[in-house]
Amino acid sequence: MKVNEAAVAGTLESSDVMVTVEPGEGIQLSIDSSVINQYGRAIRATVLETLDRLEVTDAKVTVVDHGALDCTIKARVECAVFRAEGVSEKNIPWGGAVR
Amino acid sequence: MRNAVGREIPDELLTGGREVFQGNAYRDGYTYTKVGPTVRASVMSKETKVVADIRAAIEACGMKDGMTISFHHHFRDGDYIVNQVMQVIRELGLRDITVAASSLGSANDVLAQCIEEGIVTGIQTSGIRGRIGEAVSTGKLKTPAILRTHGGRVRAIECGEVHIDVAFIGASSSDEFGNASGKNGKANCGCLSYSDIDARYADKVVVITDTLVPFPNKPASISCIDVDYVVVVDEIGNPKKIASAAARITDNPRDLKIAEKCAEIMRATPYFKDGFSFQTGVGGPSIATTLFLKKYMEEDGIKMGWIVGGISTPMVELLKEGLIGQLADTQDFDMGAIESLNVTPGHYEVTTSEYANPMNKSAYVDKLDFVVLAALEVDVDFNVNVITGSDGILRGAPGGHPDTANGAKCTIIVAPLVRGRIPTVCDKVVTISTPGESIDILVTEYGVAVNPKRADLIAALDEAGVEHVTIQQLRDKAYSMVGVPDPVQFKDRVVAIMEARDGTILDVVREIKPYSYDG
Repeated sequence: MKVNEAAVAGTLESSDVMVTVEPGEGIQLSIDSSVINQYGRAIRATVLETLDRLEVTDAKVTVVDHGALDCTIKARVECAVFRAEGVSEKNIPWGGAVR
Repeated sequence: MRNAVGREIPDELLTGGREVFQGNAYRDGYTYTKVGPTVRASVMSKETKVVADIRAAIEACGMKDGMTISFHHHFRDGDYIVNQVMQVIRELGLRDITVAASSLGSANDVLAQCIEEGIVTGIQTSGIRGRIGEAVSTGKLKTPAILRTHGGRVRAIECGEVHIDVAFIGASSSDEFGNASGKNGKANCGCLSYSDIDARYADKVVVITDTLVPFPNKPASISCIDVDYVVVVDEIGNPKKIASAAARITDNPRDLKIAEKCAEIMRATPYFKDGFSFQTGVGGPSIATTLFLKKYMEEDGIKMGWIVGGISTPMVELLKEGLIGQLADTQDFDMGAIESLNVTPGHYEVTTSEYANPMNKSAYVDKLDFVVLAALEVDVDFNVNVITGSDGILRGAPGGHPDTANGAKCTIIVAPLVRGRIPTVCDKVVTISTPGESIDILVTEYGVAVNPKRADLIAALDEAGVEHVTIQQLRDKAYSMVGVPDPVQFKDRVVAIMEARDGTILDVVREIKPYSYDG
C-alpha cells in the first residue's frame, strides 16, 4: 500500500513522538530522537514493524521522538497512516492490524 | 588493566605512579608528604594589595603559557569571575592553560570556546556541563579532562598531583589586604569552602570582589596571609543566579513518595537515634526527605546532631527550632542559608578539606550516619553514574557524592526508576562515578533494594516491615516499561579520567561517536 496524502500524529511533548507520513517511493524513514543513543534501533524496529503490519510499502516517514514508549510509537504511527488514508473511526481494524 | 569495578583502564594512562581503582580501602594508611606553595614574602608593610584590574593582577603574578589556574564554583550559574579572567587571558595571548576548578557550570561556557581556540588545553574539575561537557566529549580538549570528587581535589592539590600557579578567588566582600568573605557584599554566596585549599596551596592568590570593605573584614573565609593581590570589579556575579530566595520543596508526587519511603527506611535502621548525623542535597526528593524526617524525629522524641554539606533554608529552620544541633556548611543553596551562616548559633563554615578529603587524618564525612544522594544511573552492582548523560556526554558532577557515600554508615540513593524512556536502574552504568561498594540502599517509586553486602540493614528493614526487592528486580521492572537500552557508542580515545577519591582511576570517558544504527 502506498501513502497518497500527508498526515501527522502525535506531539513534541516529552514522552511523546510526532510521526509524519507523506507519499514516497519505498519506505524512507528518518528518526530524530532524544534517546537515539540507547533506543535508536528499538525505535526504528518498532516503526518498521508497525508499517509492515499495516501493509504500508511506499511512504516517507519522519519521526521526531522525545522519549516515547514503544506503545506510544506504535499508536502514533498507526494514527498517522490511518489519517493519511482517510480511514474513519468505524473503519479502523480494531483487533486486526491494530492490536 | 581491569580495575576493581570491572572497568578497563588503558595502560597508557597508568604512568607517574597512577594506579587503577582497587577498592575504597586500598589507600587506607597511605603515607605521604604534603607539598606547599612558593610564597613571595611581604616583609615591609604595604598600604594595599589592590591593583588596577584583572589584567594588572595577571601581569603582576607573572602568568605564562602552560600555567595552571583555579576557580571556585560558589557563584554557580551567576558566576562572572571565570568569564572576566578568561577574557583577559585571551587578550594577553596566553596559551596552553590548565583550568583546575572546584566545579564548572553553564555560566562558564566561555571555556568551551577557549578549549576550541587552544587557550585552554587542560581541565580539572568536579562538575562539567553544558558546552564545556560537549567540547570535551567531542574530543576538542587536547589532554583528557580529570574529574575529581570534592575531597579528591583537595587531596590532589595537597599531594602535588596538581599544582596551582594562580588562584582566582571571587569574593562577595574583601578588604584591601584580601581578607575575603562570601557575605557582606552585593552578590553573596555564603561560604567560600572550596577555595580554602586554593588560597593555601596556590603560588599566587588573587581575590576578585565588587565590594571593598574596611580592614579587617571579619569573619573571613580567606585570610590575608595567603593573598597576593586584590582586584575590584563592577560585578562578580548575578545575585539572582547565585542563590534562589528559598530552595523550593518539591510538589512532584513521585519525588514525595520516594522521600517519604526514604525517611521511613532511615527510621528503620539502628542509626536513627538521638544525635544522628545527616547529609543531603537540594534537588528532587532530597529536601523533602528532611521534612519527613522531622515528623519521625518528633514522634520518636529524638534530635539530629548535625548536618554537613550544602545548606538550604529548611535546614536552617530546623536548626532554629532546635531539632538539629549544628550545620557544618560547605555551600549555601539559597538566601536563607547565606543569611544564617555565622549568624544563627551552630551554623558555621567548614573547609572542603575538613568536609571530605580522604587523605586527611579524618574528615567530617567519616562521621556521617546517613547520606541521601541522587543518581542519573545505578547498575545491578550498585555502581552510580552522576557524570555522563544517557547520550554519553559529560553533563554532571561527582562533587561530594563519592566522598559522602564512602564515609557514611548508611548511604541511600533516591531516584525515579525511569526518567522518560531512560531507565535509572540498568545492567551497566555509562560511567562509574561512585563505586557500588559505597552504596547501601536504593529507593525508587517502584521499590527499594538493599546492597546484599549489608545483611545488617536487610535484617533491620525486615524487622521494621519495610518491603524490599533485589536490584535485579528493579532493573527488570524498568526494562519491562522502556525496553532494554543499547550501549552508548564511543570512539577509543579517552577524553576524561574519572578519579576515585583516593586518586586511583575509577573509570574513563571516551570520545562520543555520532550515532549509527549499525554501531
